[in-house]
Amino acid sequence: MSDLTKLTLKAALDGLKARDFSSEEITRAFVANIDAANPRLNAYVVQTTDKALEMARASDARLAKGEGGPLEGAPLGIKDLFCTDGVQTTAGSNMLRGFVPPYESTVTSNLWADGAVMLGKLNMDEFAMGSSNETSAFGPVVNPWKSSASNADLTPGGSSGGSASAVAGDLCLAATASDTGGSIRQPAAFTGTVGMKPTYGRASRFGMVAFASSLDQAGPIAKTVEDAAILLRSMCSFDPKDSTSLDVEAPDWTQSLGKGAKGLRIGIPKEYVVDGMPAEQMDLWEKGKAWLRDAGAEIVDISLPHTRYALPAYYIIAPAEASSNLARYDGMRFGHRADKASSLTDLYETSRAEGFGKEVQRRLTIGAYVLSAGFYDAYYVRALKVRRRIAMDFDAVWDKVDAILTPSTPSAAFAIGDKQVDPLQMYLNDIFTVTANLAGLPGISVPAGLDKGGLPLGLQVIGKALDEATVFQVADVLEQSAGFTARPEKWW
Amino acid sequence: MTENTKLIHGRTGPWEIVMGLEIHAQVASKAKLFSGAAVGFGAGPNEQVSLVDAGFPGMLPVLNKFCVEQAVRTGLGLNAQINRRSQFDRKNYFYPDLPTGYQISQLYHPIVGEGVVEVEAEDGAFFNVGIERLHLEQDAGKLIHDLSPTESYVDLNRAGTALMEIVSRPDIRSPEEAVAYVKKIRTILIYLGTCDGDMEKGNLRADVNVSVCREGQYAKYKATGDFSHLGTRCEIKNVNSFRFISQAINYEARRQIEILEDGGKVIQETRLYDPTAGETRSMRSKEEAMDYRYFPDPDLLPLEIEQAWIDEIKANLPELPDAKRRRLMADYGLSQYDAVVLISEQAKADYFEAAAKGRDAKLVANWVTNELSARLAANDLDFDQSPVPAAHVAQLVELIETNVISSKIAKEVFDHVWNGEGSPAEVVEKHGLKQVTDTGAIEKAVDEIIAANPDKAAAVAEKPQAIGWFVGQVMKATGGKANPAAVNDILKAKLGL
Amino acid sequence: MAIDAATVRRVAHLARIKTPEDRLEPLAAELNGILAWIEQLNEVDVAGVEPMTSNVHQPLHLRDDVVTDGGKRDDVLSNAPRAADGFFVVPKVVE
Repeated sequence: MSDLTKLTLKAALDGLKARDFSSEEITRAFVANIDAANPRLNAYVVQTTDKALEMARASDARLAKGEGGPLEGAPLGIKDLFCTDGVQTTAGSNMLRGFVPPYESTVTSNLWADGAVMLGKLNMDEFAMGSSNETSAFGPVVNPWKSSASNADLTPGGSSGGSASAVAGDLCLAATASDTGGSIRQPAAFTGTVGMKPTYGRASRFGMVAFASSLDQAGPIAKTVEDAAILLRSMCSFDPKDSTSLDVEAPDWTQSLGKGAKGLRIGIPKEYVVDGMPAEQMDLWEKGKAWLRDAGAEIVDISLPHTRYALPAYYIIAPAEASSNLARYDGMRFGHRADKASSLTDLYETSRAEGFGKEVQRRLTIGAYVLSAGFYDAYYVRALKVRRRIAMDFDAVWDKVDAILTPSTPSAAFAIGDKQVDPLQMYLNDIFTVTANLAGLPGISVPAGLDKGGLPLGLQVIGKALDEATVFQVADVLEQSAGFTARPEKWW
Repeated sequence: MTENTKLIHGRTGPWEIVMGLEIHAQVASKAKLFSGAAVGFGAGPNEQVSLVDAGFPGMLPVLNKFCVEQAVRTGLGLNAQINRRSQFDRKNYFYPDLPTGYQISQLYHPIVGEGVVEVEAEDGAFFNVGIERLHLEQDAGKLIHDLSPTESYVDLNRAGTALMEIVSRPDIRSPEEAVAYVKKIRTILIYLGTCDGDMEKGNLRADVNVSVCREGQYAKYKATGDFSHLGTRCEIKNVNSFRFISQAINYEARRQIEILEDGGKVIQETRLYDPTAGETRSMRSKEEAMDYRYFPDPDLLPLEIEQAWIDEIKANLPELPDAKRRRLMADYGLSQYDAVVLISEQAKADYFEAAAKGRDAKLVANWVTNELSARLAANDLDFDQSPVPAAHVAQLVELIETNVISSKIAKEVFDHVWNGEGSPAEVVEKHGLKQVTDTGAIEKAVDEIIAANPDKAAAVAEKPQAIGWFVGQVMKATGGKANPAAVNDILKAKLGL
Repeated sequence: MAIDAATVRRVAHLARIKTPEDRLEPLAAELNGILAWIEQLNEVDVAGVEPMTSNVHQPLHLRDDVVTDGGKRDDVLSNAPRAADGFFVVPKVVE
């Protein structure tokens, strides 16, 4: 048997169903990969090997009887943002080191109900605040890719850096991730993987550690568009425990694949360009247009005039929500409590100063500031109005186009430590992805080419709310046309 | 107007008190506002807590429909505007009884808007109190300080329980008015069944905003709506009895007047009433967090209520105290005083109506509001727990009306009935308490008493009111059963009056 | 709306994050950098635009008034830094 860990999720599911190999075999293969790679890549913060093998054997028993769900026996990695019953969940923070939830998130419950196997919990930026995984209390994740120009360790992006690295490095078949401003799509672009953020409300937020409630959305990082479509369907469900959950069915999105682009109108927003964007990224965007045109699509130039205001609006809205969402980490009922404190107030302040990292503290401070008396209207309410302007930009083009094509990120993966000095430089990573969060739209990043250093670059497809079908259809055309087969050379 | 009685006279002249109240009424629901944990009293610590209430990571609120309905019912009962679109906001502050670090409340778009409540003052006059809003919000947990000298214990059973906060306009002008207003709101809530009104358990409590101003300033505020005419207010938190409300206001108004008369300034702050010391004191712990950073809760969507639902709730409202008061006065010819006393409790009014059918309503009202009320209160019973059924009071009154017993004997009959000896008719029969209307027997007794007291009989001619002594003697001789009217008539004839 | 050290101190306290005195100035500079960048939002014409708090356009679903949760004290206390006799235990609170 060839290396099982290099299979796509789809191929693995077919192999498991055909009993070409057992879930226990493929699970053990991934465990071996993780054991070997994790000391270097640092993708997993917790390995649940015993649990994985137990789940795998249960899957094998079901498969032997010809039973099993859509993900039966498939070993997956879980971003450490999803609460897992009896398994430490930290959201990458010292604040939650040792926290063991007595409950399971809806998304992961859905996966286990469909037969998936949990390999462990994946590293991430602390509370999903970061674009390079450097804010994790467990240390940065390392990208399996290296630039031909340097031997420096690269970031896999963030905040779902562990998920992206694990998928790219064959440490799981696919992974769950979450996206508040680009945290699925940017790491997918940096690691040559596919990352899909569905329409806000498709996947339940119940049991997902909150960063910014009105923006957070779960989705998959996978090796192919088809794998992302399979995993996304299992993750999504209407959940009465989440008041923002959409009461809609999750269709079989694999039905959208292989249909070409005939009759589709693809919008090209002129605003999705930034200074200093590498020529390869611009070229790739051009190639994307050509591939879609060749597949029968009509390319339409559009304008989304408020695009440049999306990131500043996001950096008010997300920290504001976070400052409130993270108030529960106070050392009283769970999480880190300082050893020494002179008073109750001192205990709060010391516990939170010790428990939260620098970037989280920075955002909580901004959040408290923009909501505070005298600034609420000037900052927060204004940002919400700008947010609506951005959503209206999209609404205005949907009668002209069926989907929008943009670059996923302004650049390929950068070296660990490169953008730590200036937070603004780091924030700019999300410039092309954050609009979809603000407007609640589905967006996918598909690997489509390499930069001059041989690092992967992604193209993003944004669709109408609840029209993941078209997004997958277009992504499939890009994937097929690009013929992206590059894989990181194993150095770890 | 009774304006002058509301003045407080300080060293430098008269002052007026102005108050607005925030009443927190616990919704009579089975489960909490945003979680499925039980609402209740007396469970072990943290037994009625869901992980949502405890603010665990990833836990989300889901709104209880019944609580929304109760807020709408209450709004309708307060003659208030129901807002078909409202929104939940987060009020952010850190406190160990607040697990998420924010309270879900409604600041910007409350479920109920402006309304008005008619309140009866002690002197029988009515005054109106404007309702500014009613909103739904979560209660906090409870801190227990006496289990350890160095630590506080936290019980979250109450955390997340649904409260209706009813905010009044600053239309309340004296401690008495404040108490009357709270009583009125409590009565309306109990009639509506939206809150049990149990103040001892803290299910109904009030925050009192007190300010003082010079005489005449309130009228200026009323004329212009400009709050700058009023003084700086202090909020006295969580006062949970009528007596304490009155005491706290009196103390606080005096305190503020003293500060002002000494040339000082009242600082806007939150204060706590300490019933043992009889004073209010500053709650510095709450002061630190005055900047609550309210913003719309992103875990919840705007609450939209269909007009049809509001109409349905409206159609099913019970008769409310004001309507009942008017009807009792119109249908039974009761005085306002009696009507007000009867409607103060729904069960009392129901009891009255059950007993009053076809009887002398005034007499029934007297029995219900005096004898029975006193007896029930002494035994800590409510009207719906009365050992004496309404039919028995009706029968008792019928016996009085038909001269079978006198009012005086009726009290004795009532005692026996209360003790479970049967209906009034059975008691009268069993104890031989029927009124003596046989004039022969009465005449005999009268003759004997006059004969035994010739001097007194003579004196009556000079002092006709002394006849009372003879009436007493005759009643005594007949064991109280003589018909008082007959005794009077015969005595007058025999004494030549 | 430049932030000074005093503002940082106040806001850090609102957020309950202990911030040493020598960090106040650098933090103020950092936050000013971010806020200056955010200021560009003032260029957007937002007249008559409703603030957008959510992407979801469906009615808020309501649940029935049924007790479905609670009675899990051990779970509730399972991660507590300190608990005793069924309570969470915190430093003495002075009200």
